[in-house]
Amino acid sequence: MKIAVTSMGKEIDSQVDPRFGRAQYIVILDQSGTVLEAVDNSQNLNAMRGAGIQAAKFLADRKVDVLMTGHCGPNAFTTLKAAGIKVVIGQSGTVKEAFDRLNRNEVAFTDKPNVEGHW
Amino acid sequence: MRPMIISVASGKGGTGKTTIATSLATVLGSSAQLLDCDVEEPNCHILMKPVLQTVESITVPVPIVEMDKCTLCGKCGEVCRFSSIVVIGNQVLTFPEMCHGCGGCSLLCPEKAITEGCRELGVIETGLAGPVEFVHGRLRIGEAMSPPLIRAVKAQINPHKLAILDAPPGASCPVIHTVMGSDFIILVTEPTPFGLHDLKIAVEAISHLAIPLGVILNRSDVGDREVHKFCMQMDIPLLAEIPHDRQIAEGYARGNLLVVSAPQYIREFLEIFKKITELINGSKSNLKEALS
Repeated sequence: MKIAVTSMGKEIDSQVDPRFGRAQYIVILDQSGTVLEAVDNSQNLNAMRGAGIQAAKFLADRKVDVLMTGHCGPNAFTTLKAAGIKVVIGQSGTVKEAFDRLNRNEVAFTDKPNVEGHW
Repeated sequence: MRPMIISVASGKGGTGKTTIATSLATVLGSSAQLLDCDVEEPNCHILMKPVLQTVESITVPVPIVEMDKCTLCGKCGEVCRFSSIVVIGNQVLTFPEMCHGCGGCSLLCPEKAITEGCRELGVIETGLAGPVEFVHGRLRIGEAMSPPLIRAVKAQINPHKLAILDAPPGASCPVIHTVMGSDFIILVTEPTPFGLHDLKIAVEAISHLAIPLGVILNRSDVGDREVHKFCMQMDIPLLAEIPHDRQIAEGYARGNLLVVSAPQYIREFLEIFKKITELINGSKSNLKEALS
């Protein structure tokens, strides 16, 4: 299983970036909590439109199973859902703390976006 | 009179673009065509009271995917810079509201699996306001993309007339799409810190287009002298100063044209047009000199 967490830095102790499409980094971990890669998302960060869709497509290509982030807009959510990626919103603190919450089964997967586009 | 295109823009909203555009078109009479390019909130018609004769719906093409032909190769998604089509797993998702209608996806699809549907942007209406030819666009409520509708309004420019284009406020895409291709740009502002601030932004945005421009100062006897100073520094001609005149304000409040409620300004508007003609000819001869 692969878990993606939106992040403000590349480390497991970096703060969670509440944005999905325009997050600074996306940290991808395996189920043991080891960082597989930390992806610089700056290209998407400056995208004119469709940042959430592109980020979701990227996670689909990387065969990610779960996304943990702060907020998720409607187009991103539609794309994530089509890719079969489960979404956990409302995350804060560090990447590790978010991962631990998932590991301890303390989070629920959302069935809908929680913000409008371009929030 | 030689045909030409004059755009009226401002930066700041509510400075008097529409007031200037409609009165300029009115004094030029049957030589003029007025095109309201502020398609989000067109309001030239309120002052011009045209008799509208035609209505045309304007659409942009959006992709429709025939999944039985699609091989999920993903070329459509790669070419789309607005992410309005994307291949995810065994599905092709489309986001028609984000599509700019370039047609790239259907052109590049090796299987010819993408056909073009359409999304309505709004309508274009044309008619006559007295002797003045009148055109405006009205953006559909809920539609976010105005430039293609503005282009459709501009496609109605009559090459035998003096086309006056009323631009939307601001300094972004809709304004640039309006003023592009003009022979001259009038920037209408007021002598306040707000008018000056937004004028600077408009000048900076428009200067990239290398179109001659001039400023009309509206409500010129309120506020300060900072816009005057800015125009001097930047070598921008001040075409006219229109005072904060009770007669004009009362007429405006009733939805009447400036040159109708205050006819003493007819001469001022003819003078503005004469100055613009001279400035256009001057900039052309300058260009000739520069090239020779």
